[in-house]
Amino acid sequence: MTSWKQPDVPTENLVEINNLTFAYGKRAILKGINMVMPRGKVVAVMGLSGCGKTTTLRLIGGSLKPTAGSVKVAGHEVAELDREGLYRLRRKMGMLFQFGALFTDLSVFENVAFQMREQTDLPESVVRDLVLMKLDAVGLRGAHSLMPSELSGGMARRVALARAVALDPMLIMYDEPFAGLDPISLSVIGNLIRRLNDALGATSIVVTHDIQESLKIVDYVYFMSDGVVVAEGTAEEIKASTLPYVHQFVWGEIDGPVSFHYPRAPYSQDLRLEAGHAA
Amino acid sequence: MPHRKVGVGFSNVGRAVVDGVWRMGFATRFFVMTLLGSGDSFRRFGLTIREIYFSGVLSLIIILVSGLFVGMVLGLQGYETLQKYGSESALGTLVALSLVRELGPVLAALLFASRAGSAITAEIGLMKATEQLAAMEMMAVDPISRVVAPRFWAGVISMPLLAAMFSAVGVFGGYLVGVVFIGVDAGSFWSQMQAAVDFRQDIVSGVIKSVVFGIAVTAIALFEGYDAPPTAEGVSHATTRTVVTSALAVLGLDFILTAFMFRGI
Repeated sequence: MTSWKQPDVPTENLVEINNLTFAYGKRAILKGINMVMPRGKVVAVMGLSGCGKTTTLRLIGGSLKPTAGSVKVAGHEVAELDREGLYRLRRKMGMLFQFGALFTDLSVFENVAFQMREQTDLPESVVRDLVLMKLDAVGLRGAHSLMPSELSGGMARRVALARAVALDPMLIMYDEPFAGLDPISLSVIGNLIRRLNDALGATSIVVTHDIQESLKIVDYVYFMSDGVVVAEGTAEEIKASTLPYVHQFVWGEIDGPVSFHYPRAPYSQDLRLEAGHAA
Repeated sequence: MPHRKVGVGFSNVGRAVVDGVWRMGFATRFFVMTLLGSGDSFRRFGLTIREIYFSGVLSLIIILVSGLFVGMVLGLQGYETLQKYGSESALGTLVALSLVRELGPVLAALLFASRAGSAITAEIGLMKATEQLAAMEMMAVDPISRVVAPRFWAGVISMPLLAAMFSAVGVFGGYLVGVVFIGVDAGSFWSQMQAAVDFRQDIVSGVIKSVVFGIAVTAIALFEGYDAPPTAEGVSHATTRTVVTSALAVLGLDFILTAFMFRGI
């Protein structure tokens, strides 16, 4: 853990995570992490694949229950909410899934309208106006009649973003929003995350391992490794960090504390080169 | 060493039994949740109508064509047997009773499982694999109410209608072969059929069977899709399991229902 201090932020935190532990059976995924996400900020959770980032997001969204510790969203202990309470809280959340998770049997328009139609009694004319406004915000108003199968990866991600903010949520969660995008789409999505967060006055959590793009748009970064937070700080602090793990991650170095190899037995043992086998 | 192999064998059997019991429990819970989450399927009947189109209407072609051929084969085979006893005028009775009591509900259910059941499993499995169900959950929309229950009721409503159409077209097939091609007297074909087929004993029994098969096939298809591992292989295996399990369930249930309905066990 670094000696970085939390930056000057409003005292009110939308998300507070304390000593959070989670395990799938005997396999520990999170080992007592602490995080805060202040209102109005864009916070990134970074780390290598399998370090527990997405699990953290699922615990915040209430899809998983912690083994120990606490996750509070807007003052509510997520794990203690009943189904009705959880759904009430989720109506104020939006989530962008890694590959969009658009409903493939619905058009772009119907995807964005889905939550409005399910959760509100808005007249169809108002739904139409709102959907077109949301699609315009992500630059896809002209694509409203297309089906998801007709969209490129970047377009699908933008539609999913419009859907995630359809009801102006207070918390928007992004699970690997930059994965598999071309450089232009990557910048577009990054820019949209920042702009939408500021325009809606929301709080955003971006789970990613795309360091360069996310450092351009986030206010604060948590670095995770093997289920613990190993570093945290502002984008500038992260870029200037001399911590070996962070330095290796930020600058994409091959040598460092993160090993290229998966844990393994001695080479000679796997190749059966011990004395008994050599002959 | 043999002791060790026996031990491993017992262990594998034990694990399979425990897994099976867990799965049965999960399936039962899933079924109960589907029933509890069925309110929207009737309040917003458009959702169910849409699924009736996909499960029922799109199954019509295979049901009608199969029914026609089964009826025609029954006409040919029945005539061959009945004429040996000089009872070819009873051909209409044989065709109608065979179809209404047994072949209509059973074959329609088997065809429904292969066409609509497998499609339901693949669709739900892929929705799970592509996180569409998780996305729905995160939007505070219950996938059981919104996705599963309408498909369940669509299957339950479609199945007896498809079975009735299978039987009707089958009777027409028997008529084509027996009366039009072979020359059995049309009056005796229809009149004997009307006299022999009892509404309560035969038609209602057939409808009850097809409703039970509809429940079984659709519930199996939905559960297999919902429980499928979110991989291409997982969805593929789930689809296969739907067809196999549904076929066995239909045949097993048919025996039990027949025993109760016609033998009064």
